[in-house]
Amino acid sequence: MNKIFEKGGKLYWLHSTVDAFETFLHVPGTVTLKGAHVRDAIDLKRLLILVVIAAAPAALFGMWNVGYQHGLAMGQTGVHILEYFWFGFLKVLPLYIVSYLVGLGIEFASSQIRGEEVSEGYLVSGFFIPLIVPVDIPLWMLAVAVAFAVIFGKEVFGGTGMNIWNPALLTRAFLFFSYPNYMSGSECWIAFKKGETAVADAFTGATPLALDGAPAQYGTGFWDLFIGTVPGSVGETSVIAILLGAILLLWTGIASWKIMAGSVAGALLVGWIGNIAGITDIPFYMQLLYGGFAFGTVFMATDPVTSCQTECGKWIFGILIGMLCITVRLFNPGYAEGMMLAILLLNTFAPLIDHCVTSVHISRRAKKFNVA
Amino acid sequence: MSEIIVLKRGLDVPVNGRADLRVSKSMTPATVAVCPDGVKGLLPRLLVKEGDRVLCGSPVIADKKNPDILLTAPVSGRVKEVVRGEKRKLLAVLIEADDKQEFVDFGVKNPSELSPEEIKSALLQSGLWPVLVQRPYGILADPAAAPKAIFVSAFNSAPLAADTEFTLGSQVAFIQKGIEALAKIAPVHVSLNADVKDSAFARLGGCTLHLFRGKHPAGNVGVQISHISPIRKGETVWTLPLHGLAAIGKLFMSGRYNVRRLVAVTGPAAIECAYVETVPGTPVKCFAPFYGNTPELDRFISGDMLSGSNVGVDGYLAWKDDQITIIHEGTEKELLGWIRPLRWNQFSHDRSYFSWLMPWRKYDMDTNLHGGPRPFLMNDGYYAKVLPMDIYPVFLAKACLAGDIDKMEKFGIYEVLPEDLATCEFVDPSKNYIQDFIAKGIDLMLKEMA
Repeated sequence: MNKIFEKGGKLYWLHSTVDAFETFLHVPGTVTLKGAHVRDAIDLKRLLILVVIAAAPAALFGMWNVGYQHGLAMGQTGVHILEYFWFGFLKVLPLYIVSYLVGLGIEFASSQIRGEEVSEGYLVSGFFIPLIVPVDIPLWMLAVAVAFAVIFGKEVFGGTGMNIWNPALLTRAFLFFSYPNYMSGSECWIAFKKGETAVADAFTGATPLALDGAPAQYGTGFWDLFIGTVPGSVGETSVIAILLGAILLLWTGIASWKIMAGSVAGALLVGWIGNIAGITDIPFYMQLLYGGFAFGTVFMATDPVTSCQTECGKWIFGILIGMLCITVRLFNPGYAEGMMLAILLLNTFAPLIDHCVTSVHISRRAKKFNVA
Repeated sequence: MSEIIVLKRGLDVPVNGRADLRVSKSMTPATVAVCPDGVKGLLPRLLVKEGDRVLCGSPVIADKKNPDILLTAPVSGRVKEVVRGEKRKLLAVLIEADDKQEFVDFGVKNPSELSPEEIKSALLQSGLWPVLVQRPYGILADPAAAPKAIFVSAFNSAPLAADTEFTLGSQVAFIQKGIEALAKIAPVHVSLNADVKDSAFARLGGCTLHLFRGKHPAGNVGVQISHISPIRKGETVWTLPLHGLAAIGKLFMSGRYNVRRLVAVTGPAAIECAYVETVPGTPVKCFAPFYGNTPELDRFISGDMLSGSNVGVDGYLAWKDDQITIIHEGTEKELLGWIRPLRWNQFSHDRSYFSWLMPWRKYDMDTNLHGGPRPFLMNDGYYAKVLPMDIYPVFLAKACLAGDIDKMEKFGIYEVLPEDLATCEFVDPSKNYIQDFIAKGIDLMLKEMA
């Protein structure tokens, strides 16, 4: 690194930024100081880029789907697949630019203030945020929400690794409570150009969740939902694209299979109880396909920082998320999507769950020792 | 013999440079150092001055708190220099060795006829006492303590570690005598490697034998204790390396302080990887034929590459070690390293690389950190996969970082030494110095519990 960026140099205030770009380009020549003199080649950059790769299918499909849903709403037919994709790409790109500019800007600045290297955590959060918001969200709202989530959700706790809540979900929660008109109802999930309105007959554009009980009306059968040709947040609709990501995350062991399995099991359980109690007509397995459940289970709940640390805790964490999500769906007529709040609530309780699990562990150890 | 204790968690670091099973040379270096730093908990008081003549076994350094505890000269000769550091801290006493070695005669004794107190005093007098490590905390053993048991690991699972079957297999008689002596003080437990057929140590008597199978750190005595009889608060146990047991046996059988041992010279940067017969305190420079002409590009580690100490080319083989590891300093930048999909020449236990495709492959590792320091991001399970103990490594490390004594106790500080968490440190993608966290936690415990 050039001397002017070092401590005492004129451009020291850019130190963290330059360092971030430098280490992005190449693995630095830093050597171990003590302890384990050799180290595994794995680092956070590698782990987190894999999460981004895992989410890429969902993002790409989401872009296409933005175009496809727009076409449906406008009554277009016979449009080429790439045209749909291009339309969606141009719609989603600004979201990415805003997400990364605002988020990384704050991250770089606070790393410099703390005198640390820039952590890679926001690479992933910044990739997720555009995937879980409505595509037509005004960019200034997104900017405000990202700033809130990064500053109050992460930096005040000490940056990546110290946060309690998932920053991407916090962004969404901020938008949801601050600008509810843009975040729910039947209007927001489909992209329109300026001045456009839906022309297709009787087209409402509501997400399948908002159409509870009438799935057949808009082609929201099993396969539509599984493939993802339905309105919704950019990246959340295609279960099959999300599953591709899940396979990568599980194979590399970055995401916990216990959390994913727990979440699915919890959702199925409550969905099934809803079936036999006659609360809902939706078959319990369909709950896994609706809304943000799949995306939340695979990418949000498994965030290693904000989920439970202990293996037993991960089961509890996952199961409670699944159960809570479906419970909200079944009993809250005003807001049918419970995944975001289920995960944020369990993020809050994850340390408590861990505390209980480790306390049990400690007392079990104490007993074992007493008989030894 | 008890049944095999199989440890499923752990990690064998696949690195090049294992020592061939042959003795390359036997040496008595011209200068030998007695370094008090290698003995944790010893407050050194100098007993000799420059020019003094010492025999092999003559006291050189005593402990200030307990003057009976001595460090003695591993060779006979003349005190050449007393090396001091900042604030006159005693770093080393250099002894110029004689051509012909002379020994202090401690007298041939039969341990079975001695009382525990007589055994202890024989060990103290000869300078072999500091070979005993007291747990919890891994400090100098207290002669007044009544240990619950004494544990010895008869194999070492650390990367490239000396093969005890080769180095000590022929010294079973001494080891047996050492066990006889220590068994007078407390029950002795010896752990064997279940994967070695016809182990020379399987015939040892007078002790309880345990069989362990598993990857590193299965050979760490701390891990073994936690599976045999975990240390409770208020208990103490003693441990010692197998070569220490042999030295104790030699003391009683020959009346001499003889710590000559086979030292494995290992590591991917070593030109020749073989065994050398020498004494602890041997200068690293004496290993010159093994490391080539550019020592400034290498790191010299007394011990193994996961928890040994970086002694430098001007350093000395530490008192307790039977291994020298030589690796290149990894100061070179690697363009787009982390993003290259394959990166064949780097080892990672993680499936995000492809080392798992070639489990037979060994790597030329260097000291590169492969990343920058970050807060803990991956959760506890990621680290627990390589730690075969019933503890939560990240919780323990964080308790140590926070200096929370209550939590440290609960999460098992009594059971671990830094070396037991070396594999966790190796795999850490956040590049923390976990062993250092634990060492600082232990220092805090020592300070607060004193």
